[in-house]
Amino acid sequence: MSGVRLLVGTRKGAFVLTADGRRRRWEVSGPHFGGWEIYHVKGSPAEPNRLYASQTSGWFGQQVQRSDDGGRTWTPVGNTFAYDGVPGTHQWYDGTPHPWEFKRVWHFEPSPADPDTVYAGVEDAALFRTTDGGKTWEELSALRTHSTGARWQPGAGGMCLHTILLDPARTGRIFVAISAAGAFRSDDGGTSWRPINRGLKSTILPEPEAEVGHCVHRLAMNRARPGTLFMQKHWDVMRSDDGGDAWREVSGDLPTDFGFPIEVHAHEPETVYVVPIKSDSEHYPPDGKLRVYRTRTGGDEWEPLTKGLPQRDCYVNVLRDASSVDALDPCGIYVGTTGGQVYGSADAGDSWTAIVRDLPAVLSVEAQTLP
Amino acid sequence: MIVVALPTHLRTLAQVDDDVALEVSGTVTQGAVLDALEAAYPVLRGTIRDQVTHKRRPFIRFFACRRDLSHEPPDAPLPDAVATGAEPFMVVGAIAGG
Repeated sequence: MSGVRLLVGTRKGAFVLTADGRRRRWEVSGPHFGGWEIYHVKGSPAEPNRLYASQTSGWFGQQVQRSDDGGRTWTPVGNTFAYDGVPGTHQWYDGTPHPWEFKRVWHFEPSPADPDTVYAGVEDAALFRTTDGGKTWEELSALRTHSTGARWQPGAGGMCLHTILLDPARTGRIFVAISAAGAFRSDDGGTSWRPINRGLKSTILPEPEAEVGHCVHRLAMNRARPGTLFMQKHWDVMRSDDGGDAWREVSGDLPTDFGFPIEVHAHEPETVYVVPIKSDSEHYPPDGKLRVYRTRTGGDEWEPLTKGLPQRDCYVNVLRDASSVDALDPCGIYVGTTGGQVYGSADAGDSWTAIVRDLPAVLSVEAQTLP
Repeated sequence: MIVVALPTHLRTLAQVDDDVALEVSGTVTQGAVLDALEAAYPVLRGTIRDQVTHKRRPFIRFFACRRDLSHEPPDAPLPDAVATGAEPFMVVGAIAGG
C-alpha cells in the first residue's frame, strides 16, 4: 500500500512523519539536527529516499544535509554558496544600498528527473543549483544581476528567494518568487529572467503597480496545468492563466486576503487552499479560529474548512512553506503552525486531525507520496 | 598538540565527544589553528569563519588563558600555554536566549 512521508522543518530540528495510505496513524522520528533551524526539507521526485535539508544557525551558518535512506541517516554535503562575481548591492530597509550577503537556504527544489540536481533559493535573494548531489553549488546569477536587482528590498523576514517552481511541460521554464521583489520567470533554464508582476497592486509601494518590489509570499501550480499559477501576496490572492504574464485578483469572499501559504489540489487544478491571516501587523487567524479556505472554482468563491481545526483561542500562524499536498486519492493536505502543530486532512480538507501537537514552531512541511 | 574546545553544536557536526587535539606546524596563530581544525574536520568550514574571507562569524568568540582573543589579528601568535597544549583554544558561541 502506498504511503505518505511528511518532512517537517522547525525552529529546533527536523521531524519525519510517516503513515500508510489511510493516513490515520503516524510515526514520528526526530528531532534530526536538534537545536538548529531547519528551513526546508524536500525529497527528490526521481528518487524519493533522496532528501535534502537546509540546516541553519545564526551562530554557525549554513549546512546542507543529504539523506539517501528517507531520512534515517544524514550526511553533510557542500555548504559553499558564493555569489558569482562581485555581488553589488540591493536596497536595505531604509532604502540605502546594502551589499548582497548570503545568510541561509530557504527552499530546495529537486529536479523531477535527476536526484543529483537541485535548485536552492537563498537569502539574500539568489538562485543556486547543484548537479552533483549537493557537493557543490553554482549561482544562476542572471537572476540576481537582473537590471532591477539593485532596487530589490528585504521583507520583514529577510530578502529571501522562497519559491521555485519547475514547469513540467516546458523544459527550461522556471518560476521563482522573492520577498520583497516579486515573481520572476526564466524560459531558458535560468540564463535570463524577467519580472512577471503585471496586475499586482501593492499599496505598501510608492508606485503600487511597480515592475518589482511586491511582497509575494508564495506561488503554487498544479503540475497538470502549469500555465495557471496561484499567488498569495502580502495582501491579495492572485491568479494567472498565462504563465505569469498577467495576474488578476481572486480573493473574492475571503475574510481577509493576507496570508502566507497557498496550495493547489493534486488532481483538481481549480481547487486551491489558503490560510487567511488577520493582517500584516497581527499575523494570527481572524477571531481566534484556524480556518483553511478552499475554492473549487479557481478563486473568488471560498469556503472555510474547520472540522478538526481549533475554532477558539487559536493565535498561531502558518508560514509560507508550511503547507503541502500529497498525491493520493482523495488528496491529502497538511499545514504546520508556529505553535508546533501539524494538521492533516486525508479528504481534501473536509476534516482534519492533529498529527502532532507539540513540535517547535514549524517552518516548512513537504508531503512525499510513497509508492 | 593544540587543544581546541568547541561548542556543543559544532562537536555534534564534527562527530566528536570532547575537545579536539590538532597538530599545528610553524607559529601557532588563530589562523593556523583554524586552518588545521578545518582540514581535520571539513564539515566545520563556514561555521566559525567565512569560507572565502576567513572573517570570524559575528556570534563566535575566541577565548584562551582567561582572555578574549576574538579581535586579535588572525596571524598573531597565540599564548604559549595554547601553543604547548596546556590551555585550550576555546571557540565560543555568543550567549543569547530568553
